[in-house]
Amino acid sequence: MSGIGAALLNSLDIGLLLFIIAVGLNIVFGVLNIINFAHGALYMLGAYLAFTLINIAGMPFWAALLLAPVGVAILAVVIDRVLLRFIYSRDVADSLLLTFAILLIINESVRMIWGSGIHVVQPPDLLSGSVRLLGSSVATYSLFVIVIGLLLLAGLWYLFNRTRVGRIMRAAALDRDMAEALCINTRLVVTGVFAFGAWLAAVGGVMAAPMRALDPGMGDKIIIESFIVVVIGGLGSFPGALFGAIILGLIHGFGGRYLPEVNLLLPFVGMALVLLFKPNGIMGKGANA
Amino acid sequence: MKTKVLMAILAVVIAGLIAVPWIASYFYVFIFTEILILGLFAASFNLIFGYTGMLSFGHAAFFGIGSYATALVLIHLEWPFLACLLVSMGASALLALVIGFMSVRLNEVYFAMLTLAFGMMVFAIAYQWRSVTNGSDGLAGFTLGSFGLGLDLTLANPSVYYHVVLAIVAIASVVLYVICRSSFGMILKAIRQNPERVSFAGLNVRTYRLVAFVIAGTFAGLAGGLIAPFLRVASPELLHWSMSAEPILMAILGGTGFFLGPFIGSAAFVLLETWITTYTESWMLVLGIILAMMVIFFRKGLLGTAIDWWMEVKK
Repeated sequence: MSGIGAALLNSLDIGLLLFIIAVGLNIVFGVLNIINFAHGALYMLGAYLAFTLINIAGMPFWAALLLAPVGVAILAVVIDRVLLRFIYSRDVADSLLLTFAILLIINESVRMIWGSGIHVVQPPDLLSGSVRLLGSSVATYSLFVIVIGLLLLAGLWYLFNRTRVGRIMRAAALDRDMAEALCINTRLVVTGVFAFGAWLAAVGGVMAAPMRALDPGMGDKIIIESFIVVVIGGLGSFPGALFGAIILGLIHGFGGRYLPEVNLLLPFVGMALVLLFKPNGIMGKGANA
Repeated sequence: MKTKVLMAILAVVIAGLIAVPWIASYFYVFIFTEILILGLFAASFNLIFGYTGMLSFGHAAFFGIGSYATALVLIHLEWPFLACLLVSMGASALLALVIGFMSVRLNEVYFAMLTLAFGMMVFAIAYQWRSVTNGSDGLAGFTLGSFGLGLDLTLANPSVYYHVVLAIVAIASVVLYVICRSSFGMILKAIRQNPERVSFAGLNVRTYRLVAFVIAGTFAGLAGGLIAPFLRVASPELLHWSMSAEPILMAILGGTGFFLGPFIGSAAFVLLETWITTYTESWMLVLGIILAMMVIFFRKGLLGTAIDWWMEVKK
């Protein structure tokens, strides 16, 4: 019984971490109609910046959690203004290709700056122990990830449903020309949304840093996971991102524990099963097909 | 007049390609073997990307399966090389039918992500099914015997293998070219431009997309069958999505709108990689910058840009 409890908590912390990352991908797609292939690279950059701030600059973890994502968001503004502005009016395929080029550039830059070895970030003292919960011992850090994930979830829901900024973003997503006609500066919205997506990816990266080792391939791994989340949940759907992330979290949490010999395969099997019955994802809009 | 000039250029290029082992060092024989194989891989990809407008991020699945099929047949059955290649094509065609059946009905975004995920599924199987695929080490230690058809070639000789690859890639390219120029190829182009209109004309867009996907997968499998003896190993890296990215880059580099674009892209890609890596480790950084520039400014690729420039000069 305690095994199931531990697997459940484990699924939840993986799931909420994936949610933070995938929801950024989803917001960028929903508002800008861009599949950001470099999203995983921005996540990785968040983790590496946190590593530098903590282990080289000697900052506390909490400062890195605040600063590193802001740094990545600033870089995202530069990427948006220098490169992406050329392709916003083009095919989705062009955005996939250009963000793929950005992924190559970021991956190789990380390799040049930090080397291809593995780096480790220690969790802060406050979160490094474990507590007893549901009859088994659980890492305090996992609980921290779950709490932050839930806070971000609530914050995003509030942002999109209760604030003016959220309404402007949704308006820009639905009809950019109409938003423009209503005196909304859509250029600013576009840049802001892209930076916000990058910020979310980097928050995920900093959160993941103490749980996973840092290596230059970590972004490639997470982008595939995010795609699976988005495909399962439905592109552009906010609840879909949560749903898909929890499902993938459960697949990882239980698959890793009970079926280790096929655990790499399981996420793809889950995805294929969903798509056989719901080609646009569980919460996707029917018009996508 | 124009076709005569083109034919003359093509004849010179073919003669040059045949002569490579006699005029260049072994190093360039290897480079050109790689260019030809990857060129075929990229050309097969271009049938679905450049012609039909489907951006697949999982094309390496067919390439990798082709390499594993040839490696497995060589290790366990020791069949002639030609038979191995047929097995590779058959295996890839079957896989493409399954993946394509689930993917082609979706729009381009879902299609790209789905093919990526299915490709990684095949990668995961190759990585974890140790008893058959030898896991991350891959399958090595096979030797090429005879070619088949009563031809006995010492395929271990790089020059001989280069000529075999050249002949097979040339035949496959002609077949692909005929497919592209046929009415079937025209329908694929029409689907890229306007699927609704093709559908209103009474044609089943999904079936055409699936057939194109299977043909592309089959030829990618053939390229995979050629790469295994060249690398002397069939490894999971050949199935990884970063391998799927290579034909995309090559097609865009050379020009997706032209049949020869992917081959020119593959030559540019492999030669640039060879030259740049002698100066710096960061080939991927250079590649990323080149790709970004191509996508933003030179969407027609090297070939398309060159043709535009030539037209401008002639005026």
